[in-house]
Amino acid sequence: MIEILSHSFAIKAILAGIIVGFLGGFYGNFVVQRKMSFLGDGLAHVTFGGVALGLLLEFEPFAIAIPFTIIVAIALTYLKEKTSLEIDTAIGIFFAVSVALGVLFITLNKHYISDAFSYLFGSILLVSKLDLFISYAFGFATVIFALIFWKRWTYATFDSELAMVDRINVQFENYILSVLIALSIVISVKLVGIFLVASFLVIPPATAKLISNTFSQMTILSIILGIVSSILGIIISIYLDFPTGSTVILLQSGIFLITTIFVRLTSYHR
Amino acid sequence: MKNYAVELQSVSVFFGKYCVIHDINLSINEAEFVTIIGPNGGGKTTLLKTILGLIEPTNGNVKVFSKKPDEMNYFEIGYVPQFKTLDRSFPARVIDLVATGLTGRWNFIITKEARKRIYEVLEKTGIEKIANRPLKKLSGGELQRVYLARSIIRTPKLLILDEPATGIDTIAEVDFSKIIEELQKTYRTTILLVTHDWEYAFHHSDRVALLNKKLICFDTPKNVFKEDNLKQTFGHIGHEHTMQFTIDKND
Repeated sequence: MIEILSHSFAIKAILAGIIVGFLGGFYGNFVVQRKMSFLGDGLAHVTFGGVALGLLLEFEPFAIAIPFTIIVAIALTYLKEKTSLEIDTAIGIFFAVSVALGVLFITLNKHYISDAFSYLFGSILLVSKLDLFISYAFGFATVIFALIFWKRWTYATFDSELAMVDRINVQFENYILSVLIALSIVISVKLVGIFLVASFLVIPPATAKLISNTFSQMTILSIILGIVSSILGIIISIYLDFPTGSTVILLQSGIFLITTIFVRLTSYHR
Repeated sequence: MKNYAVELQSVSVFFGKYCVIHDINLSINEAEFVTIIGPNGGGKTTLLKTILGLIEPTNGNVKVFSKKPDEMNYFEIGYVPQFKTLDRSFPARVIDLVATGLTGRWNFIITKEARKRIYEVLEKTGIEKIANRPLKKLSGGELQRVYLARSIIRTPKLLILDEPATGIDTIAEVDFSKIIEELQKTYRTTILLVTHDWEYAFHHSDRVALLNKKLICFDTPKNVFKEDNLKQTFGHIGHEHTMQFTIDKND
């Protein structure tokens, strides 16, 4: 353990894991409870389209991917609020279009194909100091937003109509939440990859929900599970020379499975 | 000029080209108990939501205590929604939901003072023993009381209830009525209730509004529950309703 911590790449990876675990653990509560688990996958694939376009234009991929993903997140929220289109249908459409565009851009790109594929699987062990700085700055912003909006987002998650009667501007605040979720996904994609980022938004909150009586408990447990599973997963992956993202998610899934069995056996909450 | 609790002037609501309610004129006095009755799709819930400020009327004006609904202090309005909107998978206890009535927000932590106040209201509604029970484990009757506790904890000037008795047994319904009436008498709360229960409306309301897209009739129960009015509202009066109505008249 101490030997691992003597390597700077491992420390950076663990620091990256902590922030991805925190972001997924926090925003995931709203994603899971609003029954939008598919959103994480959808936006991650939208990020792929943006990254591929950035590489094609020989531009910093995330400078394109961030606005691209935010615009789609806003469009999804708009469709959900203003039309009768189901959110999973809307996500499915954007998902397909973004992947199609991403593949097209990669095909047109003669130089950076391997770069594009590295975004599919992430590179938590090759995290730069700048990546960490940006991630932690966003993590800090998330803490500020949580202090201001948690009570309001949670109320609207429970019952948007009651929240509106109590004069919460639910529609506007849903846009804020969507943009922040989109940003957390883009930031996490660089670290854990497009294929795996959605699990950070879904598995820790889903596990926390199994053993929580209140949404406050679920929020705290989900964040703890996200962070702890990331740290343990990264350490295990370095020890066993396993792919990091896969190891973390398999560990999270294992915890989910054990919790489910525990809840069943003890009839907890039943 | 008289100040009404709720005043609607020529209010119409259209969803696209579809007219949901048309040209409603309605004035409800302070401390009055008004029941709204009408067929499904007759615009009852839309009317409530317009009064709550959730729906902007296409035409006309809505005033609640002489203010536009969105200018009202939300602590002055209590709202009991239809229970079918509740997401039972949401991890929350009775006390968490009732606390939203006190703060108008979801609470991360419930303070000692808030807890004390919540228990007082839970006692009043007879559910203090289930304060820490998860919402998903509640029966319809218990849930009804929880929502009522949530809305009366702020001692509202206007209490709006949207079909609160749906799926509730008669005994629970009687208790529920007692709590509402006590609130009306003690705090002069104006009650606005949507229900399908004609008998309840006949016995408990000061005035009844019959609504089927337009306001058919708005008067005392005795003047409203007449065959012509009911036929105009519902198109026909079913056997069950005729029976019930006859029993009521004999009463």
